[in-house]
Amino acid sequence: MSKVVVVTSGKGGVGKTTSTAALGAALARAGNRVCVVDFDVGLRNLDLVMGAERRVVYDLINVANGDAKLAQALIRDKRVDTLSLLAASQTRDKDALSEEGVARVVDELRGLFDYVLCDSPAGIERGALLAMRFADEAVVVTNPEVSSVRDSDRIIGLLDSKTLRAEQGQRLQKQLLLTRFDPGRASRGEMLGVADVLEILSIPLLGIVPESEEILRASNIGAPITINAATSQAGRSYEDAARRLMGESVPMLVPGEKKSLLNRILGRRAAA
Amino acid sequence: MSLFGLFKPRNATAPVARERLQILLAHERVALGPDNLIAVLRDEILATIAKHVEIAPDAVKVTMGQQGAVSTLEIDVDIPTEKIAAGLARQAPAKAVA
Ligand SMILES: Nc1ncnc2c1ncn2[C@@H]1O[C@H](COP(=O)(O)OP(=O)(O)O)[C@@H](O)[C@H]1O
Ligand SMILES: [Mg+2]
Repeated sequence: MSKVVVVTSGKGGVGKTTSTAALGAALARAGNRVCVVDFDVGLRNLDLVMGAERRVVYDLINVANGDAKLAQALIRDKRVDTLSLLAASQTRDKDALSEEGVARVVDELRGLFDYVLCDSPAGIERGALLAMRFADEAVVVTNPEVSSVRDSDRIIGLLDSKTLRAEQGQRLQKQLLLTRFDPGRASRGEMLGVADVLEILSIPLLGIVPESEEILRASNIGAPITINAATSQAGRSYEDAARRLMGESVPMLVPGEKKSLLNRILGRRAAA
Repeated sequence: MSLFGLFKPRNATAPVARERLQILLAHERVALGPDNLIAVLRDEILATIAKHVEIAPDAVKVTMGQQGAVSTLEIDVDIPTEKIAAGLARQAPAKAVA
C-alpha cells in the first residue's frame, strides 16, 4: 500500500528539503519505489539537492493542470533506479496550483510508488497546506531552537485540522525529526535538548540528525547524504529514520550521548 | 551548592528557552481554538478502547458536525466481531463478581 508523507515545519531553513532528499534516497535504496515531490512553487530546490536541476522539463504544475503527463515530468534518479523526482515550478504565481490538480497528481503517484514524499514550502499559507492536504503521515522537521519549535507546534495543529485525513476523522501519524542538533551545545545547556523538544511538542521521535559538514558537502555536489555519505553520522541518522518510517524498530542513538560521565563533567568545566 | 553547580556554565540558556516556550505554547494552543480537539479526542478514545480490545489505529473515526444550535460529535469505531468476543470473554469473570 502506498504512503504519502509530508515533510513540513512551518519555519524555513530547518532542513525540510535536505531531509526529503535524504529520506527519499534511503527508502529507495531499501528497495521501495519512491517519488519525492517539490511543493515549493517559485522557490524550487529539491531538484538541486538531488542533482537533477538540468533534467527538469515539466513540473508539478504542468502535470496538475494537465499540460504534461506524469510520466513526462517524473525524473528518474541516475544512481538509484527506484527513486524519482517531481520538480516544483519556478512560476511566481503561487495560485497556479489547484487543490483538484494536486489531488489528481497524488492519486496517480499512489498507483506508481510505495512512498510519495512531499517537500513542503515554509509558512502556513496555501502552499504548505496543499503539501500536507493529502498526506497519510507527517515528518515534522524541527531545530532545537525556540522559533522552530513554536512554528512546529503551529504546523502540528494544522496537520490535525486542515488535512483531508483530519477532516474525515482519521488519524494522521506525526513524527518529529530533530535536525541540526549540536550535542556539545545541548549538553552544555546552550541549546534545547532532545527531551525538551519532545516534551514540548509531544509527538513521537523519528530521528535526530546532528549539525554536519557532510550535509553541506552533499548538497554542494547534488547527492542526498544517504547516497553520498551513508556511513557518516548524519547519513546514518537519516538511514535509521527511514527504517523507522518503514515501521522497523531501530534503537535511537542521541548524538554525543555515548560520552562517559567523566567526559561530560570535563566538557562542562571546559565550557564554563 | 551541588557538585554540578560548580561546573554549571553561565550560558546555560536552554532552560529559559524551554520555560518560555511552555508558557507561550500553552497560550497559543488555546487562542488558536479547538482546531485539534478532534485529533485529541480521537487519540484518547483510541487509547481507551485499545486497553480492552485489540484495535487498528485507523479504526476510530471522529467527526464534528453542526445542526442548528447544537454541535454533534460522531464517533465511528470498527472492531472485528471476533475481537469483541475475545474482549468480552476476558471481562466476564469481573462482571460475574459485580
Ligand atoms: N544537519 C545539518 N547540518 C548542517 N547543515 C544543514 C543540516 N540540515 C540542513 N542544513 C543546511 O541548512 C540549509 C537549509 O536546509 P533546507 O533543507 O534547504 O531547509 P528547508 O527546506 O527547511 O528550507 C541548507 O543550506 C542545508 O544545507
Ligand atoms: Mg526547502
